[in-house]
Amino acid sequence: MKSEIAARKAAGQDWLRAVPGPLHAWLVPIAIVALWQIAGGLGWISATLLPTPLTIAKQFVSLGLSGELWEHFQISILRALSGFVLGGLTGLALGLSTGLGKMAERTLDPSLQMLRTVPLLSLIPLFILWFGIGEFSKILMISLGAFFPMYVNTFLGIRSVDVKLYDVSRIFQYSKLQLVIRLIIPAALPNILLGIRLSLGVSWLVLVVAEMMGTSAGIGYMIQDARAYSQTDIVFVGIIIFAIVGKLSDSVVRLLESKLLRWRETYKG
Amino acid sequence: MYGMVSGMSADTLIIEQVNKIFQAPTGNVMALKGIDLRVRKGEFITLIGPSGCGKSTLLKIVAGLDTSYEGNVLLNDKPVSGPSIEKGFIFQEPRLFPWLTVEKNIAGNLSLKQAAVRKKVDEFIELVRLQGFEKAYPRELSGGMAQRVAIARALLRNPDVLLLDEPFGALDAFTRSHMQEVLLDIWQNNRTTMLFVTHDLDEAVFLGERVVIMNPRPGHIRSILPIDLPFPRKRTGSSFQELRTKVLREFEKVEEPEFDTGAGI
Repeated sequence: MKSEIAARKAAGQDWLRAVPGPLHAWLVPIAIVALWQIAGGLGWISATLLPTPLTIAKQFVSLGLSGELWEHFQISILRALSGFVLGGLTGLALGLSTGLGKMAERTLDPSLQMLRTVPLLSLIPLFILWFGIGEFSKILMISLGAFFPMYVNTFLGIRSVDVKLYDVSRIFQYSKLQLVIRLIIPAALPNILLGIRLSLGVSWLVLVVAEMMGTSAGIGYMIQDARAYSQTDIVFVGIIIFAIVGKLSDSVVRLLESKLLRWRETYKG
Repeated sequence: MYGMVSGMSADTLIIEQVNKIFQAPTGNVMALKGIDLRVRKGEFITLIGPSGCGKSTLLKIVAGLDTSYEGNVLLNDKPVSGPSIEKGFIFQEPRLFPWLTVEKNIAGNLSLKQAAVRKKVDEFIELVRLQGFEKAYPRELSGGMAQRVAIARALLRNPDVLLLDEPFGALDAFTRSHMQEVLLDIWQNNRTTMLFVTHDLDEAVFLGERVVIMNPRPGHIRSILPIDLPFPRKRTGSSFQELRTKVLREFEKVEEPEFDTGAGI
């Protein structure tokens, strides 16, 4: 009886065993894409609303071969990265100063916290009025978006440094610099890395918005332009690019985390 | 080494008429009153008392971690004004930096790239018997091992006095007695002056050359008993038991002795 159940169970899992383990996560997406392709091929879905995966893939390749995609991609990456670096570094610097100094906290933090509550996207009209729709305006908006997650998390990380370890550093007479480099920054690192991850995400989000509000290049522009001509397959290509780069940048930070935070003992599920 | 023989060496640590008042919303509480204690160089003193008797507070004052008190605390004739490496401190918990390996924790703000530091770190790792764990992270260590790292870290700085605040309180009985032996070993090799706070009667008698007995409300020294037993001591010996009873009797003179885990930090 028991062995019969076990056998049936094994038979039920047999087809899963035929698939290599790392591919298990891909089974559902592959099934959906296959269904989508079949439905599109049979004409069940309008090609202008939802082109088939194959059409999208073909468009991807032809855009890639013509070099158009690469051009847009370069511009977008450059914008996102410069905005992220500018905003992230400012957030890190200000987070460090308000985190470390009581004076900076009292004078600077309240204003920053107030600014943080303003929805970023509501500032877009103001940015256009002030700085036009050029590169400067875009990068500034992205960096403003990247600034706050970095700032808040750096500050939080510093303020969650264990005061018991601080006592140890006092007894061993750490200099101010040693205190920052050998205690505060390592202890705040988990939060700082989280800040980097969130900042990257926001940079990417603001990039899309900035590129859609008016420009002549970039993946966001490509999407906007294709929409105007009902080239839905190109819209999909753009979305896929955004998804891939977003995922990749997140993975890079995760990799960094697993390297730098090896010492941590946490619940891993 | 034995009891009250004085004049052989100068007093390393002098505590004179120390009072400490805690300010609370409900009124001021006198935590320490008229504490007088002189510790000779190389001496092993244990401080024992029920919770709330101010023994941890006294240790913090000596360490320089608490500077709001009345009276004088002198280390090598210099008043204590703040924490420093001359006053090594072992907390109840090891307080290791979790992102540093054992050897880097011991080195702390010194660079292991310097040959002299490297050599000393290796020496102390051997002294606390942690060879093979140099590259381990604190999370991989047992409680006793982690506390040994903390002891090595403090001793590496060659402190004039090592202050220990119930360092083995969180360990199980077997590990605790092992750690007591390790500490005695280190003391006999290094002759570091020790001021050891505990609420464990056996521990106080087993380790101390003198046992300082404190009582609460307000925290004061009730008596100081010399323990004239040679090291290594046998817990089961009759003279050990006699001295243990003697210390216990000191507490029984006071109403309602409450033995409890100390107030900690």
